[in-house]
Amino acid sequence: MRIVIAEDSVLLRDGLTRMLTDGGFEVVEAVPDAGQLLRAVAEHRPDLAVIDVRMPPTHTDEGIKAALVIRRQFPDVALLVLSQYVEESYATDLLSEATSSVGYLLKDRVAHVRDFLDAVRRVAAGGTALDPDVVAQLLVRRRDDPMDRLTPREQQVLKLMAEGRSNAGIVETLRVSPSAVEKYVTNIFLKLDLPPTSTDHRRVLAVLKYLGS
Amino acid sequence: MAGREPLYLDLMTWRATKNALAGLLAGLAGGVLLVVLLVVWGGAVFSLAAGPGGWEHAGLYVAVAVLITVLVPWVVQGLTALQRARLRATLGAEIPAPVRPLRRSGHQLAYHLLTLFTGVGGALLVPLFPVAPGLARRVTRTDEDLARALLGPGRREELAVRVESLARSRADLVAAADAERRRIERDLHDGAQQRLVSLAMNLGMARERFEGEAEPVRQAIAAAHDEAVLALAELREFIRGLHPAVLSDRGLGAALSGLAARAPLPVRLRVDVPRPASPGVEAVAYFIVSEGLTNVVKHAQATRAEVTVTRADDVLRIAVTDDGRGGAAPLIPAAGDGTGLRGLAQRAAAVDGTLSIDSPPGGPTVIAAELPCES
Repeated sequence: MRIVIAEDSVLLRDGLTRMLTDGGFEVVEAVPDAGQLLRAVAEHRPDLAVIDVRMPPTHTDEGIKAALVIRRQFPDVALLVLSQYVEESYATDLLSEATSSVGYLLKDRVAHVRDFLDAVRRVAAGGTALDPDVVAQLLVRRRDDPMDRLTPREQQVLKLMAEGRSNAGIVETLRVSPSAVEKYVTNIFLKLDLPPTSTDHRRVLAVLKYLGS
Repeated sequence: MAGREPLYLDLMTWRATKNALAGLLAGLAGGVLLVVLLVVWGGAVFSLAAGPGGWEHAGLYVAVAVLITVLVPWVVQGLTALQRARLRATLGAEIPAPVRPLRRSGHQLAYHLLTLFTGVGGALLVPLFPVAPGLARRVTRTDEDLARALLGPGRREELAVRVESLARSRADLVAAADAERRRIERDLHDGAQQRLVSLAMNLGMARERFEGEAEPVRQAIAAAHDEAVLALAELREFIRGLHPAVLSDRGLGAALSGLAARAPLPVRLRVDVPRPASPGVEAVAYFIVSEGLTNVVKHAQATRAEVTVTRADDVLRIAVTDDGRGGAAPLIPAAGDGTGLRGLAQRAAAVDGTLSIDSPPGGPTVIAAELPCES
């Protein structure tokens, strides 16, 4: 799998390159700013772009803007956005245009190599990877009556679904049986008036749509 | 005495003499001119009141009275400029001009009438100056004080100017402190934070790679990795406490929703701010909510909190309410206490805002702030 990295810190750019290469990915180019990112993506047409949010020249949200441009111009390129701070407003921007093949993670997550590489694979395969912090922030805006109707366990499951986890992933995280997870999911969709769906991906879409509304 | 300090004394006496003589000329010219104008004006008004002989005369009196009424303030302004120039030239004294000179016309008129006498008096004392330097100094000072009191701005105006300059310098200080926080945030983000992420990532990679090693090695690497991850989280919280980047990038609403989400208890957030306030005011609002929520978590034993931020015209209203036990201490301003709610009251005051806390025993506690925001 071919990856382009955009990260302005040399230290992290090299570190990410090394980690992804060790993980079996091919890093075709690593660049320090958004302008070069757009150029590199056009040139290499990678499978995935790993993008830091805060880059020169303004050091604010260049990475998000660049990600949205890439999504419009090259819809096949999966996007994994990394941020020192996970903010719901950045996530909403990103998810407003991209709900598949997209990830938004706290930069700290690179410290957990296996989880991080999992997220890279998931996003590249067309899935989503949302940081638990982002999901929590999305949920706070919807902390209204429907959320109150969910049991604490169902809220946990909703969060994991929003992060982009599959049923198997939820089973592993919560240490419950697959049939229990299925029951929780059915209950959640029922209580939130969401149309039932079969695939993991369409399920994430439904949840994100609910959270974003 | 003259023999001991000849140079200083000579200079002093010479200046006092110059000033007194110039004062005599200016005072006589101004005083006589004004007295003549006032006498003519009085005569015209009196003749008018006593019954003028015919329309032509009445017209003349009215014209003269009106002309002088209009003329006197200008003459007074001119004479005031002359006296200011005199004091500047002879004493190097700068008499500040009032912001609204016409409002001080009465005082200035009085001064110019007075100089008719003080000018003559000062000049009469000149022959004594060389032998009585104390007298010379006193005459000079009296002259200057009189000019300051009657030609300068009034007390109220002086205070108004002072208040304005204090408010401006305080606003500058608040802005400078904010800018400094932003700079430190940026430096930490570009430096220590990136280095720590890199360290944690390398340790994470080592942890994966050395899974087959002996237990002590694995434990040492795992401990270092966990420590690095914790340090990273702590540094991030610290930097966010300095100045949240999202506040500058996305504004108050976005920053507050992050704050509400990170709170360890459910927070209902309502932000209705159609027009953003200035960055300084938004930073104060952010920290009031942040500290308010911290307080709820620490002391209130609450199960939920509500944050509302609304802007009505030029006032930003902030309320942090909880369902806890209440009974929080009222705000007593204490010197040197820059932390917690008192620190917040000071920060609110620095932007001319107010902060109050209402916490009856049994609750609920409401921390409310009002921050003025122009434009």
